[in-house]
Amino acid sequence: MKTKIILLLILSSLVSLKSEQATNDVELLKQQLLKLQQEFEQIQRQQLQQIQLLKERIDNLEKVQSVQIEKPKPPPDIDWKKEVTTPKTQPNEKWTPTSPIRLVGSGNNYLDLSLDALMTAGSSTADDVEELQMGGHDPKQRGFTLQQLELVLSGAVDPYFTGQANLVYNLDSSGESDIELEEVYADTMSLPYNLQVRAGQFYSDFGRLNATHPHQWNFVDSPLVNSRLLGEDGLRNPGARISWLMPVPFYSELFLSIQNSGGTAGSFLGEGHHHGDGDETHLPFGRPRTKTTLHTFGDLLFVPRYVVSFDLTKEQTVALGLSSAFGPNSSGSDARTEIYGADIFWKWKPQSHHGGFPFVSFQSEFMLRRYTADQFDWDLDSDGILDPDEMDFNDDKIPDYFPKEKITDYGFYSELNWGFRKGWIASLRGEYLTGDKNYYEQITGRDEHRLTRKRLSSALTWYLSEFSKLRLQYNYDYRELMGPDHSVWLQFEFMLGQHAAHKF
Amino acid sequence: MKKLNAIIFTLLMVFSIKAEVSKLNVVATLPDLGSIAKEIGGERIKLTVLANGNEDPHFVDPKPSFIRVLNQANVLIDNGAELEAGWLPPLVNNARNPKILGYSPNHIIGITGVKMLQVPIGKIDRSEGDVHPMGNPHYLLSPDNCLIVASNITESFSKIDRQGAQFYQKNLEKFTQRLNEKIIEWKKMLQPYKSTRVVTYHKSFDYFIDYFGFELFGTIEPKPGIEPSPSHINELIQKAKNSDVKLIIIEPNRPKKTPNQLGKTIGAKMVILPLMPGGGGSPDDFFGWYDYIVKTISESLKQ
Repeated sequence: MKTKIILLLILSSLVSLKSEQATNDVELLKQQLLKLQQEFEQIQRQQLQQIQLLKERIDNLEKVQSVQIEKPKPPPDIDWKKEVTTPKTQPNEKWTPTSPIRLVGSGNNYLDLSLDALMTAGSSTADDVEELQMGGHDPKQRGFTLQQLELVLSGAVDPYFTGQANLVYNLDSSGESDIELEEVYADTMSLPYNLQVRAGQFYSDFGRLNATHPHQWNFVDSPLVNSRLLGEDGLRNPGARISWLMPVPFYSELFLSIQNSGGTAGSFLGEGHHHGDGDETHLPFGRPRTKTTLHTFGDLLFVPRYVVSFDLTKEQTVALGLSSAFGPNSSGSDARTEIYGADIFWKWKPQSHHGGFPFVSFQSEFMLRRYTADQFDWDLDSDGILDPDEMDFNDDKIPDYFPKEKITDYGFYSELNWGFRKGWIASLRGEYLTGDKNYYEQITGRDEHRLTRKRLSSALTWYLSEFSKLRLQYNYDYRELMGPDHSVWLQFEFMLGQHAAHKF
Repeated sequence: MKKLNAIIFTLLMVFSIKAEVSKLNVVATLPDLGSIAKEIGGERIKLTVLANGNEDPHFVDPKPSFIRVLNQANVLIDNGAELEAGWLPPLVNNARNPKILGYSPNHIIGITGVKMLQVPIGKIDRSEGDVHPMGNPHYLLSPDNCLIVASNITESFSKIDRQGAQFYQKNLEKFTQRLNEKIIEWKKMLQPYKSTRVVTYHKSFDYFIDYFGFELFGTIEPKPGIEPSPSHINELIQKAKNSDVKLIIIEPNRPKKTPNQLGKTIGAKMVILPLMPGGGGSPDDFFGWYDYIVKTISESLKQ
């Protein structure tokens, strides 16, 4: 088409030129002809290029198709299906509270199921390993210990809730197996104003470690301060929690848990939690447990917590937290316990990391417990004479009397973890725990549950994969009145199934 | 006059802040997804990418600051093939932002409609390492898949920001045209090296290898996510010795000692290729990233 027009143009120009004077126009005509020829060739070139380009594209596309058909050679080690096109299932509607929620990474199941087994073998120079290792899931005997077998079920309930349950089985030192419902709770997913509510049985948000499970820890055993002040198995109870993510440019969250104060909450109304032959007849601070049930709203356990976090640099993050727990205790009708805690977590991880390594992290928690013990007179029948059911700790043949007193305990742990190559973590932990001497101890003698303790632990952990690990730990313990002890533990963990990812 | 200038200036400031506010707040988990979102969204979006280009996308720390970022997001773009399963779920569940949770335009699941490689058949078995049940999650190293993701992003952006629909559509057309041209250019550049045998560290570049007609000879990891053992490396050396393996491809964050030694032993060249835009010193825009990969490969195979 274009060539025709060009030819016409050439002809018409020739015709028009003929009518004019010929002599010195020949040059001009030649020039014009040349110019037109050049133009013609250029257009031809362009079109050829375009044709070429189109041919190439067709070729390429055909090649791609033929490649796709040719190539279904599965590697020998596993059955790979070559290609699958994931279905496009995005509906057009905007999100409404009734449309389904897909949790990222929850796979194709309604329920994620995982099983985590934690076992330890080791020995200690202490005669009373049960007293040395205070945590509920710590190894408490020489030889082998099955610390726990944790079954975790989690998933989205419906558009409004996600749910999780942690069932823990363990074998205690007497060989008895028991089952604990460690946690079972639901979280809301669609409340307005940045609010979230949790309801069920759960670990209180007090500090960093309390709300975590043993397999997340960097050591075989739980810190002394957690075991003594919050409880052997941590602070947990049925209740509800509301949390508010504050509308500020950095992460800042406020939690308030309201839970029962009994059960395993030994610093409050509870009896504490004992695995095996724990000392169930133990009288806290020389007093019997006179109050064991809650009567009023004020008898509940209140646990407020505030956490703030900053990214110091692109490679360093810090999180700071303040917690407290308020509730009644079992020593009388007007006796209350307050626990205060401060925690810090810092982590460095370079931007270029291999499987999350290397890294350095530091974590520390300080806690203080103020236990107001109510007065108690062991002269139960008020006759001034020691009867068989009355207590006389100081052997003065008169039933003992304890006035109301404030009993303060405090302590901290600090741990430093260094992931020095993929899968390998070296850890160091220092701990200190003590209590002020109180009046009741003049009568009962030093309270062995409140002696000063120091512990230095070092551990080397090797994650063979994300789902199995080996850990070797050495503890140097120093207990007031009892002296030093040395313990070595070797821990092994394996995990099956889809375990929910952990928080930072 | 000065006063007037000041007033105009303040007004401009106010308007520019307003414009800032009305931008679509887009959060992409990984830089590759982010770079495509940028091509489509251009100036109409405010883009935040959670992971860094050099980071191992499987092991990003779930920093609390991400919770706040996700809380503010209009749109979340994630990989969807469980690449972020180890860190994203607790962040999203804490973000108090239900609109980025569901199947909604506000939650763009990258894998949607994408052609996946290596989807395991039957029972998934962790004795095979970190196998992703939905297939190899590094699908954006196939340019065809990038086109699919780009069109999904366009669709979502257009639904949420209707006024920008034409803008996004135009950007998609531009992106598609440019990518198609680039594909030809890249294929031309890599054509001479077709069927070259390569070894990679992780199964990260399988889509690229498949698309541009290379041959994956083996991996330094014996199984996905499992660290190399001496026996596996020896085996690989024995296999590779007379097989003319030309290239060892690793990501910027991998340890270089083993790949280097392996390369020297079997006479292959080690190259560091960015798995994500911005990684290993590559440009952080989409085309710059792909150009960098293609150029690095063709240059290292030239001699």
